[in-house]
Amino acid sequence: MTQVLLFNVFNGLIVGAFYALMALGLSLILNLSGVINFAHGGFLAIGGYLAYTLIPYVGFWGAFVIAPFLVAFIGIIVERVLIRPLYGRDPLYSLLLTFGLAFMFEDGTRFIWGAQSLPYQVPGWLLSPLSSAYFFLTGYRLFMVLIVGIAVVALFLILNYTRLGIRIRAGTLDLETVSLLGVNVRVLRSLNFGLGVYLAGLAGVLAVGQLGLQPTIGASLIMPSFVAIIVGGLGSLPGTLLGGLLIGVASGITTVFWPSATEAVIYVMMAAVLLVRPRGLLGEEGRF
Amino acid sequence: MGAFDFKRQAPNLIVWLLLLAMPFWLVAVGGYVELGTRVVVLGLAAMALNFLLGYTGVLSFGHAAYFGLGAYGTGMIIRYVVPSTGLGIVVGTLVGTLAAAIIGPLIIRLRGVYFAMVTIAFGQVFYFIAFRWNTVTGGDDGLTGWTRMPLDFGFAKVDILHKPVAFYYLVFVVFAISVGIMAWLLRSPFGRTLIAIRENERRARFLGIPVDRHIWISWVISCGFVSLAGALYALLNNFVDPRALYWTQSGDFVIMAVLGGMRSFWGPLLGAAIFVVLQDYLSSATENWMSFLGLFFVLVVLFFPRGILGMLRRKAVS
Repeated sequence: MTQVLLFNVFNGLIVGAFYALMALGLSLILNLSGVINFAHGGFLAIGGYLAYTLIPYVGFWGAFVIAPFLVAFIGIIVERVLIRPLYGRDPLYSLLLTFGLAFMFEDGTRFIWGAQSLPYQVPGWLLSPLSSAYFFLTGYRLFMVLIVGIAVVALFLILNYTRLGIRIRAGTLDLETVSLLGVNVRVLRSLNFGLGVYLAGLAGVLAVGQLGLQPTIGASLIMPSFVAIIVGGLGSLPGTLLGGLLIGVASGITTVFWPSATEAVIYVMMAAVLLVRPRGLLGEEGRF
Repeated sequence: MGAFDFKRQAPNLIVWLLLLAMPFWLVAVGGYVELGTRVVVLGLAAMALNFLLGYTGVLSFGHAAYFGLGAYGTGMIIRYVVPSTGLGIVVGTLVGTLAAAIIGPLIIRLRGVYFAMVTIAFGQVFYFIAFRWNTVTGGDDGLTGWTRMPLDFGFAKVDILHKPVAFYYLVFVVFAISVGIMAWLLRSPFGRTLIAIRENERRARFLGIPVDRHIWISWVISCGFVSLAGALYALLNNFVDPRALYWTQSGDFVIMAVLGGMRSFWGPLLGAAIFVVLQDYLSSATENWMSFLGLFFVLVVLFFPRGILGMLRRKAVS
């Protein structure tokens, strides 16, 4: 029993790490530009599929490094061409646009790579269990947690210690003043969008090794990411991280006791948080 | 009562006449009756959404949940409890409205994109319940094994199952009553207050209007009519599946409202008509209809942000 519980908690932690990675990217874009990027799941799927296509040419590790950057590049183009004209207009429009993009990405990946699940080869030495008692503790799973951890630490270092990061944080608080101080807000938004989408791409190359490669992979991850943001607190990146891990572990534990409620439990958590603490766990008072 | 202003009422008259005669002219131009029924049902859903979206200025992206609850409520009553179409519609609508009323207080304090995000996430609860609770809802395969029942007025029976035209007129009557109520509400002081909130929430608040309560009421009314549309939708298909609850369905409603014109009363109906016909055509013409539908969203946002009626009106003014 403890074994099963431990297994599911650990599994939940991994899933939660994905949610958190997705949700951090969504949060970055939402906080600075006020855009809910529905296409975020689509970017994740593209990351996975690009990695799959690149592996024969550059190997597993090459694809692992290159694919997220390609995704970020695509993201910056999308932002520049389609989303930039919508800043300053009713948020409804960017919502609908990215919603349409999500459809196109999902169907596009299906068109290019086919609807069936594709095999994704992870180096063999990463797959073997590290201990016979804890069979679920494979190298790849630890590796995923490690990479997500590094990405999160890197993100917080960027936001706190680089000029770009400080400008992003300042822009989140008051974009107009940042603009008046001579910062090119358009470039800032582009780079921020690219950074957010990069995280989606990274989540993509990690996720396919664990969840398999299929066109709907993005659509299944985006809603929990919204929940992670709401539970953690709107406008707070540490909150988003916490929210993602929490809902991942919660659904892992629920799997043990009541498997049918695995997906629904995170929405119940969201309702509970909104009822007791409408701003979310770490959200700032009065911002919304 | 002033004299009947024919010029002002002309557009309304045209819409009503077109809807009233739809089963006849639609078949004549190469359509079929069920297509017209679909337009009216989804048109009701889009107009109900627009009560909140266009007239209260609150961005809901989760209306599919209440649409689906209405559909499941109706189907389950007929399947498990009483084989009565009328009771099914009533209970389905009540279930959806009640769910909206309960969820309302949790979300009405949020605004803009945050409201959208929370409403869409909440909708997923019902999706997963419908998806997972196989024994009752039929799970992914949907709720089958029931059909809409003949209407029994005591003195006469109407067979709405085998006569699509008869079912169309049932849907039309429900649509007319619902739209009439919404139009009346929007013209009342309550409706004007909603528009005031849309235009300037802070000013409305300073005037002493209880803004949150108004948004809650508007949300419940809007979701109530969407549930009603969902009930009709279940009857139309003789079938409900979890996709009626899925978040992409909510997006469809929003794009209908935007395409037709959020600021005009009939806009969402026009948007629904275009959307239904386009979807009907695309899904038979190409396997990649999802891409085209997505492209359609993008094009509407980039080129018709005011909607078709909004553009026409703007041209007429200038």
